[in-house]
Amino acid sequence: MRGGLWQLGQSITRRLAKGDKKAVARRCFATESELKKTVLYDFHVAHGGKMVPFAGWSMPIQYKDSIMDSTLNCRQNGSLFDVSHMCGLSLKGKDAVAFLEKLVIADVAALAPGTGSLTVFTNEKGGAIDDSVITKVTDDHIYLVVNAGCRDKDLAHIEEHMKAFKAKGGDVSWHIHDERSLIALQGPLAAPVLQHLTKDDLSKFYFGEFRVLDINGSECFLTRTGYTGEDGFEISVPSEHGVELAKALLEKSEGKIRLTGLGARDSLRLEAGLCLYGNDLEQHITPIEAGLTWAIGKRRRAEGGFLGADVILKQLADGPSIRRVGFISSGPPPRSHSEIQDEGGNNIGEVTSGGFSPCLKKNIAMGYVKSGLHKAGTKVKIIIRGKANEGVVTKMPFVPTKYYKPS
Amino acid sequence: MNGLSMKAQWPQLDHLGEVVFVELPEPGGSVTKGNGFGAVESVKATSDVNSPISGEIVEVNDKLTGKPGLINSSPYEDGWMIKIKPSDPSELESLLGAKEYTKFCEEEDAAH
Repeated sequence: MRGGLWQLGQSITRRLAKGDKKAVARRCFATESELKKTVLYDFHVAHGGKMVPFAGWSMPIQYKDSIMDSTLNCRQNGSLFDVSHMCGLSLKGKDAVAFLEKLVIADVAALAPGTGSLTVFTNEKGGAIDDSVITKVTDDHIYLVVNAGCRDKDLAHIEEHMKAFKAKGGDVSWHIHDERSLIALQGPLAAPVLQHLTKDDLSKFYFGEFRVLDINGSECFLTRTGYTGEDGFEISVPSEHGVELAKALLEKSEGKIRLTGLGARDSLRLEAGLCLYGNDLEQHITPIEAGLTWAIGKRRRAEGGFLGADVILKQLADGPSIRRVGFISSGPPPRSHSEIQDEGGNNIGEVTSGGFSPCLKKNIAMGYVKSGLHKAGTKVKIIIRGKANEGVVTKMPFVPTKYYKPS
Repeated sequence: MNGLSMKAQWPQLDHLGEVVFVELPEPGGSVTKGNGFGAVESVKATSDVNSPISGEIVEVNDKLTGKPGLINSSPYEDGWMIKIKPSDPSELESLLGAKEYTKFCEEEDAAH
């Protein structure tokens, strides 16, 4: 699926036409009218949002402030993201847990009600179909969010397996939450601002937890999670109340929390060392190779029972041949598919995402290298436009995370 | 070599956003009209920069190494990239002046 997602410019470089012809930015995407719009579309435009196509939706890549300032503001104050393009769904039934365990690496049974985790949907070869945050609401209700770019693929996959499972007498059904919109609120001011809009005591609500509660007068699904490395929340709100919730959050922050687009979202997640599906995680990459072994439940490592378990358990025993690592480099920012070489000029891997870090003021990147060359401090060369640039394997996250956990 | 005609060759500057890195050639090299001599990187995209005329590169702006953002903040003054000694003065006539360039950019924006 490489290139199937428009990777926010990471893997597409815009090359201007040469010579005396009119310079035309190459447009590879659907026209504006074919793109889906979230309920916040007009709100984004009214606030200066620069709308771009992303995974079939028209989404704001940035607003009036620069991507760099927006990224810095998220960590200093906070950001509000419209992530309604992502797909939220519920699996219900007394066998919902057993069903989902066939498709993901998580120990779903062991999750306490009201808690969740990052997981990976695997294929028969142990590769990643998608990554997802799953939450056990109750023993017979699981709420999950999958990537916008993988919506059709994921839903077809789940549906196919659900049909087979039900044919054998399993009790599971699903509901896709197209009636809801997802808003992410991230940064140090996220909790204090959200507290103004709900009676629940957020100080006892920790990273990875989930609740259904009233926020600003509507019944929302709240998860303390995010894609920035900061403390924050993802709020699933009935779509008809999406705009008023966004407005209320911004107002309560007295302008400190800003509407933030996909451009800054990508910088933030890269600084936090988080994978972007389609770049750092793909159909042919296993969770072990991606450094997500921690996400495989202990019982699952012993029992398997998910697609591709044989491949994954073997890698667990023998070690994978490649590993995802971080890099800091000099020269131009590394981009997806830049070659990585050892100091002797031998190919040892490939960059899968990279860019300039607004917080560190350095180039950061993620990629895969041969096992053995993955230790922090290993010097590498990153080839960009035919020139070798110095890089060093660096532990991630690049910027320390601030997840709200009990002390 | 003035900043105006340089910018005429890559009107997408505004669309590039904040510049984080500028790749420049060495002084003493040569450039050919219409061919790339370097690149400008923003947070989200890379663009080749094409030379508006042919000639010898007599000077390169080292300030851009430490301060690539000068291209955004001062494209006509401190954000100059290279100085070229023209090898064919007739090429200068085909360059856009300030007014024509502004009109060109407006037409480009309207078309998208």
